[in-house]
Amino acid sequence: MNSQAHSSKLIAGATGDWEVVIGLEIHAQVTSRSKLFSGASTEFGGAPNSHVSLVDAAMPGMLPVINEECVKQAIRTGLGLKAQINHRSVFDRKNYFYPDLPQGYQISQYKNPIVGEGEVLVDLSPTEQIKVGIERLHIEQDAGKLMHDLGANDSHVDLNRSGVALMEIVSKPDMRSAEEAKAYVTKLRTILRYIGTCDGNMEQGSLRADVNVSVRKPGEKFGTRCEIKNVNSIRFIGQAIDVEARRQIGILEDGGTIDQETRLYDPNKGETRSMRSKEEAHDYRYFPDPDLLPLEFDQAYVDALATTLPELPDEKKARFIAQFGLSPYDAGVLILERASADYFEEAARGRDAKLVANWVINELFGRLNKEGKSIENSPVSAAQIGAIVDLISANVISGKLAKDLFEIVWTEGGDPEKIVEARSMKQVTDTSAIEKAVDEIIAKNPDKVEQAKAKPTMLGWFVGQVMKATGGKANPQAANEILKAKLGI
Amino acid sequence: MSELTRLTLAEARDGLASKKFSAVELNEAFIDAVARAKTLNAYIVETPEKALERARASDERIAKGEARPLEGVPLGVKDLYATEGVQTTAASHILEGFVPPYESTVTANLWRDGATMLGKLNLDEFAMGSSNETSYFGPVISPWRRKNSDAKIVPGGSSGGSAAAVAARLCLGATATDTGGSIRQPAAFTGTVGIKPTYGRCSRWGIVAFASSLDQAGPIARNVRDAAILLRSMAGHDPKDTTSVDAPVPDYEKAVGASVKGKVIGIPKEYRLDGMSAEITALWERGVNWLRAGGAEIREISLPHTKHALPAYYIVAPAEASSNLARYDGVRYGLRRTGKDIVDLYELTRAEGFGKEVRRRIMIGTYVLSAGYYDAYYLRAQKIRTLIKRDFDLAYAAGVDAILTPATPSPAFALGEKGAADPVEMYLNDVFTVTVNMAGLPGLVVPAGLSSDGLPLGLQLIGRPFEEETLFALGEAIEQAAPKIALPEPWWV
Repeated sequence: MNSQAHSSKLIAGATGDWEVVIGLEIHAQVTSRSKLFSGASTEFGGAPNSHVSLVDAAMPGMLPVINEECVKQAIRTGLGLKAQINHRSVFDRKNYFYPDLPQGYQISQYKNPIVGEGEVLVDLSPTEQIKVGIERLHIEQDAGKLMHDLGANDSHVDLNRSGVALMEIVSKPDMRSAEEAKAYVTKLRTILRYIGTCDGNMEQGSLRADVNVSVRKPGEKFGTRCEIKNVNSIRFIGQAIDVEARRQIGILEDGGTIDQETRLYDPNKGETRSMRSKEEAHDYRYFPDPDLLPLEFDQAYVDALATTLPELPDEKKARFIAQFGLSPYDAGVLILERASADYFEEAARGRDAKLVANWVINELFGRLNKEGKSIENSPVSAAQIGAIVDLISANVISGKLAKDLFEIVWTEGGDPEKIVEARSMKQVTDTSAIEKAVDEIIAKNPDKVEQAKAKPTMLGWFVGQVMKATGGKANPQAANEILKAKLGI
Repeated sequence: MSELTRLTLAEARDGLASKKFSAVELNEAFIDAVARAKTLNAYIVETPEKALERARASDERIAKGEARPLEGVPLGVKDLYATEGVQTTAASHILEGFVPPYESTVTANLWRDGATMLGKLNLDEFAMGSSNETSYFGPVISPWRRKNSDAKIVPGGSSGGSAAAVAARLCLGATATDTGGSIRQPAAFTGTVGIKPTYGRCSRWGIVAFASSLDQAGPIARNVRDAAILLRSMAGHDPKDTTSVDAPVPDYEKAVGASVKGKVIGIPKEYRLDGMSAEITALWERGVNWLRAGGAEIREISLPHTKHALPAYYIVAPAEASSNLARYDGVRYGLRRTGKDIVDLYELTRAEGFGKEVRRRIMIGTYVLSAGYYDAYYLRAQKIRTLIKRDFDLAYAAGVDAILTPATPSPAFALGEKGAADPVEMYLNDVFTVTVNMAGLPGLVVPAGLSSDGLPLGLQLIGRPFEEETLFALGEAIEQAAPKIALPEPWWV
């Protein structure tokens, strides 16, 4: 559990090993019905400029009014990140001109953010965890969207997203590989989804990352960093880091120096390109927004919000291990999505939890993935998978038949117990029926009987024959025992 | 001139209530006066049809005995207030032709109380100026003239149109705004009464922003009582403006005529400027004597950070303005001049759309907020602001009820006379008024005499936060004690 250099994470260069240092700024759209400072809807996908208030369009004389729901969401997120909640924070104006920014400034938080330092535990493997520090979280407005393809000589602007609340979550430079960065974003997204403060939908732009990358020789001080803007998938984050680290190493090994600049990742070409240099960087002229009073609340307000938090992924994982005896791997897979964890818990109630975990992870998740379905849309309910597990535990069906049963429930639905009854899928545990089948097989295959006596591993062949004869319904254990007795091995 | 336009707002209100004349008659008299006063250039837009339409509705209400506090009272509206369906320009080319689909909270409050609108009043562009000479629609000419001179005199600014219209009897009262003295200095220059209430007393929603932390709405009126009547309707909490304060609005008119006996009046020694004219000093002295005669206790006080107020103001106000005016970019509304790309569009639109003074303040504001200068200018100015506010807090904590100062360092000047070579010469007009905005306090200006060349001079009363009533009582005491100042007879018709 540390964030120090592991030799496996180093990148081999011509002059020796290099270490990549990564910090992330995640922009997460706050789940709320209306925008940060106006009553306009935040719904995704409306007709252009259909969710725009006078405030969002920055009409003369319009004033922002803070949406308390967004403040609560930011505090809840801060609590989920085990971070310091600042009882007094200030909104600042970040001034720059761009057509997607109607006010000519973005209302953000600069010197006094609502949430201070925290940390996220990131799982790299079932046995390896790193701690990534959170520097701060602040709330700010999103910008609108420019469209350049509607006319030959002009561009258009859609202000539906203008003024939607974002949380910018800034990590410390605690990551040392693309894998760590990807795992961090994955974990952060899981936490946000658990708390319900961001849907984490990267395709719709609800979660975007600015990636800060620098390289150094292990043990040396931090190198000059470049910021890769607006990377919108976890896969691209990983690619961008690898490509950028290689680029920087190449420059340094050729005796060059890294320029601090803002870059863009082009996934098609697999390269990062300079967007603007430090000299071209905007002077944002931050100052406190005089239209808004400082945001103040007391500890009681925070405490009340803390009671609304669900069990968070780390706690849930620990509980699954302790309460259900699951392996860290299984627990880790199950808690990745809150809905999956809830599904598992419902199915496991009063049952062999390990067996349920196996079925949920191997059969159900496998099948869901294959068909691109989410747990919420699973055709097999927790109660149904629980019933299947019950039938296995009670020796009513064999594991093999259970898979057939799962298939029937997946495609046709229905009560597993009744299906087993109706389609006579019950396991044969009646020893006389199995004995009869064994006798017939021994009678028909004297040569195999001789072989088995010399080589007891031949037993498997006999079991297979018994299963075949009984249509798979024979209890394998009973068949085994009877065969052993009859063959005398 | 119709006799009806000579009435005060209170008199007109009472006349309407007792049906001496109708709201239509009253409004027609003012519509006629406005139409004949083009020379003064007080109105940018006249809305006679709207005024008459509302007046007719008012007459119906009066007939039914359902009159509201300002029923049928014709007002002028500073063109910084957004008025639904009526062009709103802030006297800037960049907003020429802009018709808002919304009504500012303060004007909506006035219409709620039955007032009618005669039109939109001229002002300095984006309220930046002290003489109303920066308006894109041309300067406002004061109805006042110097003795034996027909030189054009400025009405002050930025609410020059409001002050001139009230003084020339082109409305019964007017809305105005005050960021550094924009209500009080024009009131002083035109022999009218103006009050900038406590910051947060009136909603800023729908008023084109100049410097958000300093801007406040307030009325300019014929006398103290009229100002009190108007402020009561204008003020109030507005959930759409987080900086507006949720406190009940008193019936300010009741404070008019209240005794000033025992009130402690502070006289700040720092307001005695080097080289201040003898007639301003004498006016101030007379004001002191009137209040003393009314039973008030006069106490010399010190507001030690006063001298830093003006420079600090000219950092804070332009800083906020540079950001507030960024939205006028030619993209969504108002003027647009296109070029080869978006940067061209910004530069061409803003270069043509903004006048010289506005451009100057945007440049100053941008400069003082820039990396490397922020701490030296903006941050230090904010610290000074805190100290200025503390000066007042200490005086009030020591028992002072209100502070009496001159309103301006000089009477009104002629067009083109000041600031042409050095803008600071113009900025010095605000030397007695900016402290009040910096501290967020209420300030009332009341006419107190005439200068040697026959122009009005005013005194300023500064009050405790949300104690506007004290100012109305003291202001009326001065009004009663001071020699009556007759408004100019219409030479402009």
